[in-house]
Amino acid sequence: MKKEFEVISKIIKNNKRVLDVGCGDGVLMEYLKNNQQNDVRGLEPQKKLVQKSIAKGLSVIEGDAEKELSQFPKKSFDYVVLSQTLQAFLNPEEVLNQLLRIGKQTIVTIPNFGYWKVRLHLLLKGTMPVTKNLPNEWHNTPNLHMCTILDFVNFCEEKKIKIDKSFCLTDETTSKITKNNIFFKNIFSQLGIFLIE
Amino acid sequence: MNSEKKNIKKLIITQSLELDCGKIIKDFPLAYETYGTLNKNKNNAILVFHALTGDQFCANINPITKREGWWTTVVGPEKAFDTNKYFVICANVIGGCMGSYGPTEINPEINKLFGTTFPVITIRDMVRAQRYLLDHLGIKKLLAVTGGSMGGMQVLQFAALYPDMSHSAIPIACSASHSAQNIALNELGRQAIMADPNWKKENSSPDKGLAVARMAAHITYLSKKGLQEKFGRKLQDKGSLKFSFDADFQIESYLRYQGSTFVDRFDANSYLYITRAMDYFDLEKQFKGNLSLAFKNTKSKFCVISFSSDWLYPTIENKEIVIALNACGANVGFVEIDSDKGHDSFLLNVPEFLKTLREFINSTYSEINK
Repeated sequence: MKKEFEVISKIIKNNKRVLDVGCGDGVLMEYLKNNQQNDVRGLEPQKKLVQKSIAKGLSVIEGDAEKELSQFPKKSFDYVVLSQTLQAFLNPEEVLNQLLRIGKQTIVTIPNFGYWKVRLHLLLKGTMPVTKNLPNEWHNTPNLHMCTILDFVNFCEEKKIKIDKSFCLTDETTSKITKNNIFFKNIFSQLGIFLIE
Repeated sequence: MNSEKKNIKKLIITQSLELDCGKIIKDFPLAYETYGTLNKNKNNAILVFHALTGDQFCANINPITKREGWWTTVVGPEKAFDTNKYFVICANVIGGCMGSYGPTEINPEINKLFGTTFPVITIRDMVRAQRYLLDHLGIKKLLAVTGGSMGGMQVLQFAALYPDMSHSAIPIACSASHSAQNIALNELGRQAIMADPNWKKENSSPDKGLAVARMAAHITYLSKKGLQEKFGRKLQDKGSLKFSFDADFQIESYLRYQGSTFVDRFDANSYLYITRAMDYFDLEKQFKGNLSLAFKNTKSKFCVISFSSDWLYPTIENKEIVIALNACGANVGFVEIDSDKGHDSFLLNVPEFLKTLREFINSTYSEINK
């Protein structure tokens, strides 16, 4: 399991109800179900991946988060997880509002556009950055609303969203983001992981 | 055909059952078939509900019609519901014409066939009758209840009536309440039967009317694309149009054939009663307009399946079931299978569908045996 999921699973307490939005082939869900006795559900737009998850005995619903989240009742999950997809929605703010409504707490991870390699790529090469975390070209990227760790923190502040925990990830190393180090973390991290409510 | 019908396995239900119409029935037959072996723990049983024109013979060769069972794509040795591993039960619904209490049985009050003196039954009545079969077989909790189309409606009704009697529920290509379009299509079929002068006549049956009903219904089970690809404007055994009303086109000939073979195996009055039951089905209304109340107590894990080209029970209607299940926090997965084969997809060899069924049932079974 990738490091990001390790960090997420450590945030999630045992025996809790979890909704994984954009759950892919269900790797995180499977881990949570088998190792932390979490009651997990998933939402995933790609049929093939939904079928894979159902085959593993996971309860995944085929559907698009921008349309489907409204069906879930208020605070019906202890945690809602959204891994590296916020930037791909047409209306990320609305999706985020839905996540915050459904979950008692929400875990959001974002690929950091402020990472130094991304900055350097644009600065030196003059073309849209392509990195390990952002592998697509400008014309085929699903990412419509890229942001940086700093952008996301500022956004939460502006919308009065409480950040309970925040971590950043560079290769295999995890560290905490604090008020004092955020400027540097915004340069040296590939990924931001936030527990918000 | 009738002599062989005597060998049909039947349970005579001695308890009294109050039908939704108010009539109380007792000592009535429920014809059923089983495939595979019930294991020691009695936890490998799958109850399959059949659709409008189905019967209890879902696997192998149907001993009455000598044709393949209606769900041989799914049920049998090495199939998605592997009968080497699972015990599959299927009963003929009441109202049906394959040995269960229905219009082709004798009405003891008049000592004649029921015909149209048979009471109007509902999906709920069908499911409650089948519940007795589980008692008879000594099964307290099923591994799964499943079925497509009207079979799916029975799955939903079963889940609502008996929230703790099945580990899982697989409603396929169905709806929680019959749509106006579907009521309209059923009414078309019924009117075709009732317009036949042989309807309600002793010693004759409205074959023409029933065949037309079947032809119309059959179109609704396919998709425009599927029809176009299979038939297009191809002519039947001829090089050019004949300027007559014979079956010039292959599609006409195909439908006529479907109609004519159907009347050999199905009873027109059963068709009336069962389509009526489908039309009356409104699970939402049963629960005061809130579908999720139907599933409030359910312990079953759901896997809802729809097909992309099904316009009779479209994905959106299947999704309403998913939404209701989600609203009450039930355990539900959902997938729409890509297929050009229309509503009939659930009966046909659609690999992704069969794979989903197989893997869902296997994972559920290993979970309960963990």
